[in-house]
Amino acid sequence: MNEDTTLVGKEKLMREEVYSLCFMCSVRCPIKVTVENGQVTFLEGSPHVPDMAGSLCPKGAAGIGLLNDDQRVQTPLIRSGPRGSGHWRQASWDEALDYVAENMKKIIDSYGPQSITLGERQQLSTHISKTFLKALGSPNHFTHDALCKGSVNTACRSLFGYTDGQMNVDYKNTKHLVLYGRNVFESVTVKGTNQIMQAMDNGAKLTYIDPRVTVTATKANRYLPIRPATDLALNYALMHVILKEDLYDRSFVHKWVQGLDELKNFVNSFTPEWAEQETGIKAKEIVDLAREISRDKPKVIFHYGYRGAHHANEIYLRRSILILNCLMGSVETPGGIYFKKGPGEVGGKPARKLVDQDLPKPEAIRFDKAGTPDFPLPDPAHGVAQYLPQAILNEDPYPIKCLFAYRLDPLMSMPDTQTTLKALEKLDLVVAIDINYSDIAWYADVILPESTYLERTDCVQQANSLKPQMFLRQQAVSPRYDTKPGPMILKGLADRLGIGQYFPYNSVEELVQWQLEPTGFSIDDFKAKGFVSYTDKQIFWDREKDLKLKTKSGKIEFTSSLLEEAGFKSFPEYKTPQIPDKDNEFRLVVGRCVFHTHVSTQNNPYLNEILSENCLWINDRAAARLGIADQDMVEVRSPVNSGLIKAKVTNMIQPGAVFMLHGFGHQAQAARRSFNRGVSDAMLQENISDTIGGSPAFHDTFVTVHKVN
Amino acid sequence: MSKYYLFQDQKRCIGCKACEVACKTRQGLHQGPKPCSVITVGPKWVGTLPKAAFTFMPCFHCENPWCVAACPTGAMQKRPEDGIVFVDHSLCVGCKTCMSACPWGAPQWNPELGKVDKCDLCYDRVDQGLKPACATVCSTHCIHFGTPEEIPEIRRIRHAKAQAQE
Repeated sequence: MNEDTTLVGKEKLMREEVYSLCFMCSVRCPIKVTVENGQVTFLEGSPHVPDMAGSLCPKGAAGIGLLNDDQRVQTPLIRSGPRGSGHWRQASWDEALDYVAENMKKIIDSYGPQSITLGERQQLSTHISKTFLKALGSPNHFTHDALCKGSVNTACRSLFGYTDGQMNVDYKNTKHLVLYGRNVFESVTVKGTNQIMQAMDNGAKLTYIDPRVTVTATKANRYLPIRPATDLALNYALMHVILKEDLYDRSFVHKWVQGLDELKNFVNSFTPEWAEQETGIKAKEIVDLAREISRDKPKVIFHYGYRGAHHANEIYLRRSILILNCLMGSVETPGGIYFKKGPGEVGGKPARKLVDQDLPKPEAIRFDKAGTPDFPLPDPAHGVAQYLPQAILNEDPYPIKCLFAYRLDPLMSMPDTQTTLKALEKLDLVVAIDINYSDIAWYADVILPESTYLERTDCVQQANSLKPQMFLRQQAVSPRYDTKPGPMILKGLADRLGIGQYFPYNSVEELVQWQLEPTGFSIDDFKAKGFVSYTDKQIFWDREKDLKLKTKSGKIEFTSSLLEEAGFKSFPEYKTPQIPDKDNEFRLVVGRCVFHTHVSTQNNPYLNEILSENCLWINDRAAARLGIADQDMVEVRSPVNSGLIKAKVTNMIQPGAVFMLHGFGHQAQAARRSFNRGVSDAMLQENISDTIGGSPAFHDTFVTVHKVN
Repeated sequence: MSKYYLFQDQKRCIGCKACEVACKTRQGLHQGPKPCSVITVGPKWVGTLPKAAFTFMPCFHCENPWCVAACPTGAMQKRPEDGIVFVDHSLCVGCKTCMSACPWGAPQWNPELGKVDKCDLCYDRVDQGLKPACATVCSTHCIHFGTPEEIPEIRRIRHAKAQAQE
């Protein structure tokens, strides 16, 4: 922090610069915040971080819109009418926390601690909420991760023994990047976007595979408009060519891979000609791609995905992408995929977390049964969010009576909103910890408003990567409204519930100091740049000697012990995906744009001005057949619900699919800019899952579309 | 002509509009005025590839700005020292003549004030040695700010590299 003047009262006068972390999405881009007379006047990417160098995405640039928004939750609120009616009474923090704690005590007395659940989007203070539940004796902390990439996590563990969170890709040095709907130029990470641009300036090729044309497709050297849901067939054919023509990295594969022969046998029948029938991509193009990529090995990346929640066989799609990287030898090498390195690599210590304390072990199993023989493979550290409605409705494995929704909106992020609502009706207490009037906040019994990222310091980010670092989100201005940081909200509840001993801090700054104690760094070390580094050098493990794989065999397991010991196949029989069987039936495909983050920014004044409503992309030939013109209002109907939405008639999408952006159709009336604008994809989606990997199958719902007058 | 130059490297632009948002937040503008904007045209098919154009439209700060000539009150002005064209709100009466005069649509209507806003190249930032908001925040570093001599020869270098790689 560089101050021009001193502290007067709570606000600093004149101009200062605060280094912090953005939180308009979950990427945590390092930022510089300019504060003048207690107001944030400018936001930019940190000039001290390579590939940021000032850059922000539009969401990051719109942070001031969130900070100063008078349509966010301004005080604690307790519901005074029926759920969802929007009748509230303002409450003091003491009153609201007393109310929640008393109701929790009643629930715990009657149903036990496992009846308390807390779902959140993984964030820097997740160790606080995990501690909160563990201290209560409940196993039921869950994150949004399964909804996004549960099967990617499981696929990574099945091959390497590491989670997807422990891996990353080195865009900057790659020579060929292959993306399966990973829409890098709309679903952006600022650093990643700049690194890809640099690689392309240096001659790297970009291959983009998607049934729909995105901005990424318009920047690609090769665009493959694939038939929806057939990426797996494409990959099996690529493997077929790579193995048949000996295009793989023999020395890497023979050293590190278990199960090459099994893979060869398996893909033997998946010829490019067969894949052409499945995917609609010409056999010659598949062969050309395999040959071209192999020329650049090992500096090639088949991106394993950001969101990996499309189909019921998602884990096998994600495994196939990862296996292609392994065949190219692009593992733990510049320009390929790599394992993240922690401070221990250079003799450093990580920051402490509250969960490191000696906490009681919950007696009950998780509500989603993750990690038990019933549902062995999904990561219990995240759980399986979309299983919550059925667990509540069926009281299986036991009654659940309370939900904390912490930055997570089950009504718009989980499939099948109507069923989720039915389940929530069975709960005695719904508490939202949120900044905005999300749909779940609007439905909740109590809203505990959290301060925005510009108004609070947060827990330390342990940024493991090729160079281990720590970053800190630092408070830039005082809260505009009567809000608190999440760790203080949960501590306030913990004190009232008799578990305050596990929350040994009186401010987030004190908590950060406690976290940093073993590291040898202090909070002041973050003032100048917002981060500290354990080393200046990139660390790659020596892949000739030790890849430090964490699988049972110590190898990359094409034949996976994780899968097979749980009773699943490493290479199950391929099934042709379902295709629409009526003229007006389509597979519903969803995705993101650069202007919004999931379901959380649609009411931001700047971002809402750019895009306030979603529409339904429909292929022009299909639309003509159905008499639908561009901008016509259409009804889109799924097996669980229906909605009215404007059609976007285009030749930029495959005929078998219709597409809509995720995150629109909000029902919280207090968020007036986003209320009832567009249609919520979650409302239309059936709650179908990859029952092995753990992700929902967001692209396995079929809808009918017809014009309304 | 202003002595400065905003160069957009279209090949890097992804149409994300971070420039628009940063510009608006810096000027404290709410719904409506966009002193700079990225207009996306397309995508359309070019052979087997879909292509789109992302065109950055700030104010060009003309040598003989029609908006300045048209302004009846002297609100629209050109800084003598560097040619930056800006509007002095204390003199603007909201007659919109500048908006009619500008061939590029650069002057923007501010409905809250009933006056005009426009790209002023963030001259307060420029005077402090900083870049304008749009060029600072651009998500892909595709907007370059400087004098024409300072702008790197991006297109020549890219062309040379592409040839060398063939």
